[in-house]
Amino acid sequence: MSAPRTLYDKIWDDHVVQQDEDGTCLLYIDRHLVHEVTSPQAFEGLRMSNRKVRAPERTIAVPDHNVPTTGNRDDRIEEEESRIQVEALDKNAREFGVNYYPVNDIRQGIVHIVGPEQGWTLPGMTVVCGDSHTATHGAFGALAHGIGTSEVEHVLATQTLIQKKSKNMKVEITGKLPKGVTAKDITLSVIGATGTAGGTGHVIEYCGEAIRDLSMEGRMTVCNMAIEGGARAGLIAPDEVTYEYVKGRPHAPKGAKWEAALSYWKTLFTDEGAHFDKVVTLKGEDIAPVVTWGTSPEDVLPVTGVVPDPASFKGGKVDAAKRALDYMGLEAGQKLTDIKIDAVFIGSCTNGRIEDLRAAAEVVKGKKIAEGVRGMVVPGSGLVRAQAEEEGLAQIFTDAGFEWRLAGCSMCLAMNPDQLAPGERCASTSNRNFEGRQGFKGRTHLMSPQMAAAAAITGHLTDVREMM
Amino acid sequence: MDKFTTLTGVAAPLPLVNIDTDMIIPKQFLKTIKREGLGKNLFDEMRFNRDGSENPDFVLNQPAYRHAEIIVAGENFGCGSSREHAPWAIKDFGIRCVIAPSFADIFYGNCFKNGILPIALPQDVVDILTEDAKKGSNARLTVDLEAQTVTTSDGQEFHFEIDSFKKHCLLEGLDDIGLTMEKASAIDSFEAKNATLHPWV
Ligand code: SF4
Repeated sequence: MSAPRTLYDKIWDDHVVQQDEDGTCLLYIDRHLVHEVTSPQAFEGLRMSNRKVRAPERTIAVPDHNVPTTGNRDDRIEEEESRIQVEALDKNAREFGVNYYPVNDIRQGIVHIVGPEQGWTLPGMTVVCGDSHTATHGAFGALAHGIGTSEVEHVLATQTLIQKKSKNMKVEITGKLPKGVTAKDITLSVIGATGTAGGTGHVIEYCGEAIRDLSMEGRMTVCNMAIEGGARAGLIAPDEVTYEYVKGRPHAPKGAKWEAALSYWKTLFTDEGAHFDKVVTLKGEDIAPVVTWGTSPEDVLPVTGVVPDPASFKGGKVDAAKRALDYMGLEAGQKLTDIKIDAVFIGSCTNGRIEDLRAAAEVVKGKKIAEGVRGMVVPGSGLVRAQAEEEGLAQIFTDAGFEWRLAGCSMCLAMNPDQLAPGERCASTSNRNFEGRQGFKGRTHLMSPQMAAAAAITGHLTDVREMM
Repeated sequence: MDKFTTLTGVAAPLPLVNIDTDMIIPKQFLKTIKREGLGKNLFDEMRFNRDGSENPDFVLNQPAYRHAEIIVAGENFGCGSSREHAPWAIKDFGIRCVIAPSFADIFYGNCFKNGILPIALPQDVVDILTEDAKKGSNARLTVDLEAQTVTTSDGQEFHFEIDSFKKHCLLEGLDDIGLTMEKASAIDSFEAKNATLHPWV
């Protein structure tokens, strides 16, 4: 019998085209997702060296980062540089013949929401994209990670990547989650426990009862932020929940191919006794609704806590924490729930799926946004938007005073018109709280959709459990 | 791709941990369809005030470091997004080597595609190099990729580790797309095999 293997080992082994003596591998890529920001230079490179896209049928392009989320999608994008990038993608997608969802297609949305939604992402696949949150697709038991633009060009030209294998890391969340605690709280708490470099050089497999209990949407939220924990990718073994989600999607296998796929997918789990280089275990019961207080996703605390004293940290983190408090305009010792907010952003590839909108709507229903707070709900795709409208969620949000937007990355990163003004403070369901991420000098507190909704209603960071 | 063999140059000390890609090149500068020209916006929000004037406190604005070719930084350098604009901006500014106790994976890989050498060394060594860098433009660090050494201005030498394939490509300035395309027949047979084994993919 062969040695026991992890899920990561199995997917890796099934994609090695060639291996050199020093362990450098040529890895085959099943799906290549492309967006407008990190691809123009790659297509340009192909053109300059007279190369084609090797497998256009495995390549899926969609504009998301730059697109405005208001107005008419048939209109030209006003901002010139954004327009140039989106038009370049239009041109490249058509010229090279890849699958494409243009901005006025109802299936357009954030690339990491569109891929799974359309059934492009399947268990056991290798999935890459010139975007670090490609980790999201790991929720299906696919090996999915971000790549740079030179690698985008490499995949376009060869459908492979030159890679060395990462180490195996296991993150186990045991038991059940308490009420009001979500997938977002899991993933933020893991980063809080391990730090933003805790996963560096590793591929994380998330497992344990609390992970198993999550829906596909929740699992995507968890894997989405594997990168914030420094990991190359995050994985969750496929199970009935996965198959149920995938079945019937436009690009999912059908008939005999479905049966063949299913029997392969059922082999995708970590064998008993397989080796992990690093193991982290958290108890589901111990996880609380959390928020970030600083400018790194590891600056995370239960919402019941207080802003920490920089002196309580070690090494370089002391200065980093001082700088963070200064940037965030916070004082050590301040209660987190006393922090007033100016804006709320519900959306992004972390929390822009239908389940996220349902959860936020449940908190918001029948209430109004606090005076002076600006709230924005941005569905992750045109299809999520349509479904939310059908379910009456859009109405709940607009009745409460939220803006109901068109699909895109929106205020997750300030590359389109949706931005914070300097000094503005935002309760955000996105994944990065870096300086300037949501706008120059903008201040970001990361949290779950429920928690963001609660903050919108009260006007300050709030423990959503008190509103349930 | 540009070759990297040896480099003797001014090193700018930037002893912050978790220097992320948004700090290196804020997203408003990602709206380009070119690789060049990003150097003027490297570390933009730290380097410039809102009105466009320079922040005199930022290391790369100080006379000694305006022409720095090396950065010595804190752990987890380059964390955050996969944007290759970060190494493009670093390179366009004129920096060819970044030394830190650790790097984020994607950034680390991206450096090699652009002729930049990222060197990971233990914190205590990085501390010594940071102190040396603080001496200003007279203190030059020497990096020798072939020998895998970094030498301080007063002659202290430190060995660093690097993947042999990456080292080879950087020393020779090899374009890895060209290298991989030579393996087209292996890719063809992989695809053929996979079409039988996993026909749904
Ligand atoms: S939603 Fe945010 S994190 Fe996700 S792909 Fe868009 S910009 Fe990146």
